[in-house]
Amino acid sequence: MRESQHAPKRTPLNLARIRSRLEGATGPRYWRGLEELTETDEFLSYMQREFPEQADSWDDPESRRQFLKLMAASLALAGVSGCAFQPQEKIVPYVKAPEELVQGKPLFFATSMSLAGDCIGLLVESQEGRPIKIEGNGLHPASPASLAAEVVDQVNQAARADATPINASVGSTDLFCQAELLSLYDPDRSQTVLRNGRPKTWEEFQVAMVEQYQQLKAKGGGDGLRLLTRTITSPTLRSQIQGLLDEFPDARWIQYEPVNRDHARDGAIRAFGEDRHAIPHVERADRLLTLDADFLAYGPGHLVQARGYADRRNPDHPDGMSRHYAVECNLTLTGSNADHRLPLAASRIKDFALMLAKELGITGLPEPSDSLPEEASRWIGPLARDLRGHPGASLVLVGDGQPPVVHALAHAMNEALGNFGKTIEWIEPVAPSDNQGEGLRELVDDLNAGAVDLLVMLEVNPVYDAPADLNFREALLDAEGTLRVHLGLTLDETGELCQWHVPQAHFLEAWGDGRAFDGTVSLVQPLIAPLFGGRSSIEVVAAIRGDRNPDGRALVEAYWRDELGGGDASDSEGGGDTDAFSRTWRQCLHDGMIADTASQRVEVSIADPTKLATAEDFEPVEGSLELVLAPDPTVFDGRFANNAWLQECPKPITKLTWDNALMVPASMVEEASGGPLAGSQSGDVVGLTLGNLTLDVPIFVMPGHAEGAVTLHLGYGRTRAGRVGNGTGFNAYSLRSSAFPWIVPGVSINRTPQKYELASTQLQGALDGRDLYREATLEQYEARPDFAHLNQHFSARHGETTDSLYPEYDYSADRGDGWNGHPGYAWGMTVDLNRCVGCASCVVACQAENNIPVVGKREVIRGRVMHWMEVDRYFAIETPAGQEPDLANPKIAYQPRFCMHCEKAPCEPVCPVGATVHDHEGLNNMVYNRCVGTRYCSNNCPYKVRKFNFLNYPEIQLKQSELGSGFSPLVLLNNTDVSVRSRGIMEKCTYCVQRIYEGKIQSEIEGRRVRDGEIVTACQAACPTQALVFGDLNDESAQVTRLKKSPRNYGMLAEDLNTRPRTTYLARVTNPNPEIATA
Amino acid sequence: MPQIFHPSANTLARASIFGGAFVALGAVLVTHLVIRSPYQTDVHVVKSQPVPFSHEHHVRGLGIDCRYCHTSVEESSFAGLPPTYTCMSCHSQIWTDSPMLAPVRESLALDRPLEWNRIHDVPDYTYFNHAIHVNKGVGCYSCHGRVDQMPLAWKEESMSMGWCLECHRNPEKHLRPKEEIYNLEWSVDNDQEAVKAFVQREAGSETLEFLASDEYVSQEELGQLLAAMYEVPTLGHNTPLTNCAVCHR
Repeated sequence: MRESQHAPKRTPLNLARIRSRLEGATGPRYWRGLEELTETDEFLSYMQREFPEQADSWDDPESRRQFLKLMAASLALAGVSGCAFQPQEKIVPYVKAPEELVQGKPLFFATSMSLAGDCIGLLVESQEGRPIKIEGNGLHPASPASLAAEVVDQVNQAARADATPINASVGSTDLFCQAELLSLYDPDRSQTVLRNGRPKTWEEFQVAMVEQYQQLKAKGGGDGLRLLTRTITSPTLRSQIQGLLDEFPDARWIQYEPVNRDHARDGAIRAFGEDRHAIPHVERADRLLTLDADFLAYGPGHLVQARGYADRRNPDHPDGMSRHYAVECNLTLTGSNADHRLPLAASRIKDFALMLAKELGITGLPEPSDSLPEEASRWIGPLARDLRGHPGASLVLVGDGQPPVVHALAHAMNEALGNFGKTIEWIEPVAPSDNQGEGLRELVDDLNAGAVDLLVMLEVNPVYDAPADLNFREALLDAEGTLRVHLGLTLDETGELCQWHVPQAHFLEAWGDGRAFDGTVSLVQPLIAPLFGGRSSIEVVAAIRGDRNPDGRALVEAYWRDELGGGDASDSEGGGDTDAFSRTWRQCLHDGMIADTASQRVEVSIADPTKLATAEDFEPVEGSLELVLAPDPTVFDGRFANNAWLQECPKPITKLTWDNALMVPASMVEEASGGPLAGSQSGDVVGLTLGNLTLDVPIFVMPGHAEGAVTLHLGYGRTRAGRVGNGTGFNAYSLRSSAFPWIVPGVSINRTPQKYELASTQLQGALDGRDLYREATLEQYEARPDFAHLNQHFSARHGETTDSLYPEYDYSADRGDGWNGHPGYAWGMTVDLNRCVGCASCVVACQAENNIPVVGKREVIRGRVMHWMEVDRYFAIETPAGQEPDLANPKIAYQPRFCMHCEKAPCEPVCPVGATVHDHEGLNNMVYNRCVGTRYCSNNCPYKVRKFNFLNYPEIQLKQSELGSGFSPLVLLNNTDVSVRSRGIMEKCTYCVQRIYEGKIQSEIEGRRVRDGEIVTACQAACPTQALVFGDLNDESAQVTRLKKSPRNYGMLAEDLNTRPRTTYLARVTNPNPEIATA
Repeated sequence: MPQIFHPSANTLARASIFGGAFVALGAVLVTHLVIRSPYQTDVHVVKSQPVPFSHEHHVRGLGIDCRYCHTSVEESSFAGLPPTYTCMSCHSQIWTDSPMLAPVRESLALDRPLEWNRIHDVPDYTYFNHAIHVNKGVGCYSCHGRVDQMPLAWKEESMSMGWCLECHRNPEKHLRPKEEIYNLEWSVDNDQEAVKAFVQREAGSETLEFLASDEYVSQEELGQLLAAMYEVPTLGHNTPLTNCAVCHR
């Protein structure tokens, strides 16, 4: 019988009750959401039921009656299905086999991806011409190798010279890189050239452009030409545009990214007199201070910096563990990993920076206008002492959202601390750009003045993402004399208002180049011919310059032939490796980059300390509440809004999916606060007003958010993103102004009666009251390295076991004698909680590798999310006796959770059909074709890592993504090595068993054992911080075996349930400053 | 009240109860036979092909090695199907006008691949790998039979899970020296002298003693030797070769 249809009654959050619950606790208490602490009915329903309300009843799309009918029918026909004839399949060979391709084996190609001025090297797996998985390119400077250096060396040394295993050069990626694969196959991409909404050909577009070109030429300097692009790092494209500007000296080129580094640029100019890019060396920093910086999540070189950060979080690092202070407004990925985090309203961070700079002895600074909050001022002294104590080994980083003055102050602090040339180096800007906000404003002025004849917009969407006060849409529509040309992946908000729209080739379909954070030239080569006939920016600019049928490959190659030299252009017709350039070029394409092209480091120094900051910078802003804007952790600036993998990937901190929400500090909703939101809870819709603009948006109560501010992520509320992204979330750009792009002062907030359902997974899969997460301070760790095992009733450390009621499993094949004298394998994994920063790359990588379907917002709310890999986020508060618990600033803990492959797996004995069974190598196999969907295994899994296909998600996905022709490009997406699961099937992490067998078969053919590092799971490959390590526990020298012997190694619930999990965790160690901790 | 049933109804009842059991059993038996019959399994069923390619002619008649066309069998899961170019490497010289080869010429001229009807079609959730089998001493013959005697190709074995497991549990019954993988005529009996020589050459003294206990080297004896040489587990039921993930992922 069905349960009550009513959603669980929601008890309002009562912070007083939360406080009282926390007060008596000794040691830190970990909780997943405020609802858990108050034990609201909603939370209890998550706890006590296997799945949330109604997750286990089938009410869609068929009725219960129909369900019974179908059940009866399927029982009657159960036997008959076994007799079904297989349809006759065709087998289709090539006409001419491509060179190098071995049928059934993947090929890997190096390419690179650009995102907001960053460029990451990639290695893309192609299965018979279809790109099916994106990995990082370990050779590339922006994508650090997935395997530890010593493991890579071993693999390379042992491998035969002619067959270097590809995984030795696999590098890590972020979740955006992983998800680009889905963007490639997105059925909502635009598919034809359009002129006023009517299909035209590329040929006709070129003719029109030649006409325009001639008109511009006839008029002279081309002052009616405007080119609007994203931040461009591509040398080829920049030189093309430069050529265009040389031809038309009066034309203007504007680069605009909604997530730009204008403030960093202006700050550098203030400090040094010219724009310089920083290359921070987080790996060299003993002491790190981040001021609203989220360098772990995005920005040029963020993967390298994350790696460097994680390396120094190792308590056993020879140079000692680093200490990280974060001062920030909203909880970010970076701040949540800090040893000390100070929530401070975004606009007050400059005051903090000023005070700290003064304390560090920097002179010529203005007086602060307002005193800092008490806690912040308590930080200044100890923080300055600690930084000063590590001259040349400290580092101050500032987020792009902070005003130029904070950047300038940070530069001064880094210089004063002797960090220049040590923990921070400088290069010429990789993608020089004027102030982008200014540029866009001037463009709108020109449009309004009717001064623009031809406006070319490449890969941009200003109608959606320009600041609201510019009224870009109106300016565009009213500019009647302007011919508007748009190149975009989709016919987006901007494209639909342009006379000409050209479908853009995805970077996996196009030739191109880019420059990484350190200036290294990275090459882009296509993996597949354009699915929808798209063109690259390089080709469109060439067409505008009058090239007929421009060829991206020839253009890129010709540019580099000129730059690199070594070849005579006339030779290229032959196509062979005839000259030196062709040989070099082949090597560059193989590597995905041109070696030794990193920018020269430049010396910088503070030009005039008195110009760093003026009193005006510190004038108090009006209004008591500020709105802080930030790029979204999963859809970024909105460009990924139509990417279902990213939409459904829970955001690292809020665990929200499919929406953004206004993050408000917990104090704002406190009954006692008396403010407009007193008594509200997550999901209540509020009106956010700025001047005459109002945005209705649901709130999300965010413990740890600074008071006096609220935060909203950009990237949502799109109207022309496509079938996936339309109508998700709320458009933060509608409150953005060109004067205040990041911190919008003077907003007001009022309650509305509406409620909005948010799909947050933070309470799903909760395991109540257990000792899941273990951490200690460095001091405690040094005193008791085995702190993770104290107070346990037996030791479950590596190799130590106790009696179990579960049946003994014969591991003789992988331990001891093995078969025919050959010991087998014992696969296992470790997750280093000190290294994991919670970025969720692994979640999307797992989804891409294992054909995991997307289920949609409604299903997420029902707890049917299918991710095999989840990253749990816990809030933690330690309340010293007699003190009031501080909800305003909880600590954060991340814990990736996926199948533990228990040696005593509780799921196995309860399966009535033997669909989940143990194998000789310790894997808990999931046999889809046996599974009948009783879900007993999921019931009995203490880790809640099993996922059930309540509906036929892959089929639904294909149906919903069909094109007019009845074909969905998503059929090309699947990894051929993994079964696609249908309705009624249980699934879970397999340790990427397809990769295990690929590695095993290769080693067997070569007559040897699998080498350490030869098999890399998808999550491990993607992880920027090497937090996940997989390997053979029978191999004494394997990295995983060594890690398992660490005193920090513990198994989740291993002592409670004696499940002997093969996946274990390395307990976290933090490094707090005693001066602040006890202050 | 008169009796409703005549006494003979008792006999009838007994007969029908007894008969019912037989009918039920018969139904199961018939179903079983149907499922195992070529009607279901396609074993020995010849399928029409766009070009009536004869393995018998090319393999036995002309002596072309399997790997000339199935190029990736030693390194990939997929044995490989020859591209049109491979056919044309000979047929651009011989039988250039044959009407039977018209589809091949057309394929080359129009750059349109040939579409063959698949003979061996394991379910999509089964991941078979050719490379590991041929590298561990399982010959083509063991699964594909005497392909050199097939004018049009057919399926020799049912490819059912039971059939796969039979060999995964006792591979020694099917192993052969690696040199004989592509030799479709090879068997322990046909090549007894060569097998003896092989055993003399390869077996260690202890094994040799065991093998030499009689004059004849049986398949099981050879298989045990090869299993040790090629590191193939021969453990019967409790063997890593029957782990589910070996074939299902």
